[in-house]
Amino acid sequence: MTRVVITGIGIHSCLGTDVNEVTESLRAGKSGIVYDQERKDFGFRSALTGSVPMPDLKGKLGRRERIGLSEEAIYAYVATLQALEQAKMDEDFIAQNEVGILYGNDSSAKAVMEAIDLIREKKDTTLLGSGSIFQSMNCTVSMNLSTIFKLKGINFTISAACASGSHAIGLGYHMIRSGMQEQIICGGAQEVNMYAFGSFDGLGAFSVREDEPTKASRPFDKDRDGLIPSGGAATVILESYESAVKRGAPILGEIVGYGFSSNGEHISNPNLDGQVRALNMALKQQNTPIEDIKYINAHATSTGIGDKFEAQALHEVFQSTRPYVSSTKSMTGHECWMAGASEIVYSLLMMHNDFIAPNINFANPDDDSAKLNIATKTIEQKFDCFLSNSFGFGGTNSSLIIKKYKP
Amino acid sequence: MEKTMEREEIIETIKGFLVEEFEVEEDLIEPKANLKETLDLDSLDYVDLVVIIESNFGFKVTAEDFTEIHTFEDFYNFVNNRLNG
Repeated sequence: MTRVVITGIGIHSCLGTDVNEVTESLRAGKSGIVYDQERKDFGFRSALTGSVPMPDLKGKLGRRERIGLSEEAIYAYVATLQALEQAKMDEDFIAQNEVGILYGNDSSAKAVMEAIDLIREKKDTTLLGSGSIFQSMNCTVSMNLSTIFKLKGINFTISAACASGSHAIGLGYHMIRSGMQEQIICGGAQEVNMYAFGSFDGLGAFSVREDEPTKASRPFDKDRDGLIPSGGAATVILESYESAVKRGAPILGEIVGYGFSSNGEHISNPNLDGQVRALNMALKQQNTPIEDIKYINAHATSTGIGDKFEAQALHEVFQSTRPYVSSTKSMTGHECWMAGASEIVYSLLMMHNDFIAPNINFANPDDDSAKLNIATKTIEQKFDCFLSNSFGFGGTNSSLIIKKYKP
Repeated sequence: MEKTMEREEIIETIKGFLVEEFEVEEDLIEPKANLKETLDLDSLDYVDLVVIIESNFGFKVTAEDFTEIHTFEDFYNFVNNRLNG
């Protein structure tokens, strides 16, 4: 089986718009959460959201390339530019090789809403313009980026709720591991607007600690009261070890496990068995010794039931080694479709800069989180291997294990 | 609703949106130059031209209308005839 390595990463999130800014935010335990009055006025129960800047691509991309880009595809474009640059993958290389794209995304609500509003107003679909369809489809990211970067390999979108980005990387790993592809642009994108999150807010799942936005996301804390939506995009370039060495590309890490499962139960409530099966599958895939894993980037979103089951699952599998655990969602909020990819980027940045980012706002444990070794402050420590969890509606689970590359 | 405009204003409006939205250099917009070739229009671009004409002049162009428009001058004349003809 081919070894699968990571040769480039890119990030655009509420923690920053490049890897350096995001590394500083992670180390400082900085929150990217704000209060957005517009959401309150629109009818949201919670006005809390991650604050993500919108890049201006005019002058950087042509009209035809720009007009099909949805909000989340714009984020994905800038994140992918960063990742390709780090991976030293230029236009000539892409033109001569079958580079693929597998990107996680599960909505493009703003584009759909704006189109429908315009049709209602004009009563004429031909007045939408040509970009609307390419912004509106779930595959808006893979569809646009494959065209802009002129990719010739595998090309589709993975929609798996809040595990979309993680499954995209997991599937990319298997495509390369089995020898089907040599280089794949993987990642996850998430729109950050009212239309995308209205129905989620309606479930009562969001924190209403509106007087303290930066303290509202408190994964594993006894007094948590819900998640905060956020977004952006994260790109991870996967490549066969042979291709990376041949090109002289930097090797940022090696994927050594992808575990997945479905709970087979409730549409929104997690369960213990499904998460434990995904964790064990990831560990067994390349026989990673449990003691090798020094850090777990938890899925924990700051909801009562979600954090509870993950704490139980992590305790069941890791109680003998008790690695450090933190949920970077304490700083970012829940980046949903993007989270599985962004949390790989965040964890890689920690691994390469010798620290573990804190699970901020963790003041008091509950009965389940008390059993975990949660990093409440920044831990200055080298580590060589981490695991990242992502779970989503429908009971979809994904666990990825990444090691520092060793020849 | 169709707007009232003099021919010169029509020409300036067309040049304005072609430069701004279609990102064509103003120097290339010559009355006798070919519209499709100058703007490098494909089938999707015509969809966007329909939208931009509607928003600027208040009327809807059909695909058949475009078959009669070859040069920029044809374009100016077509819009002028619709608004003032």
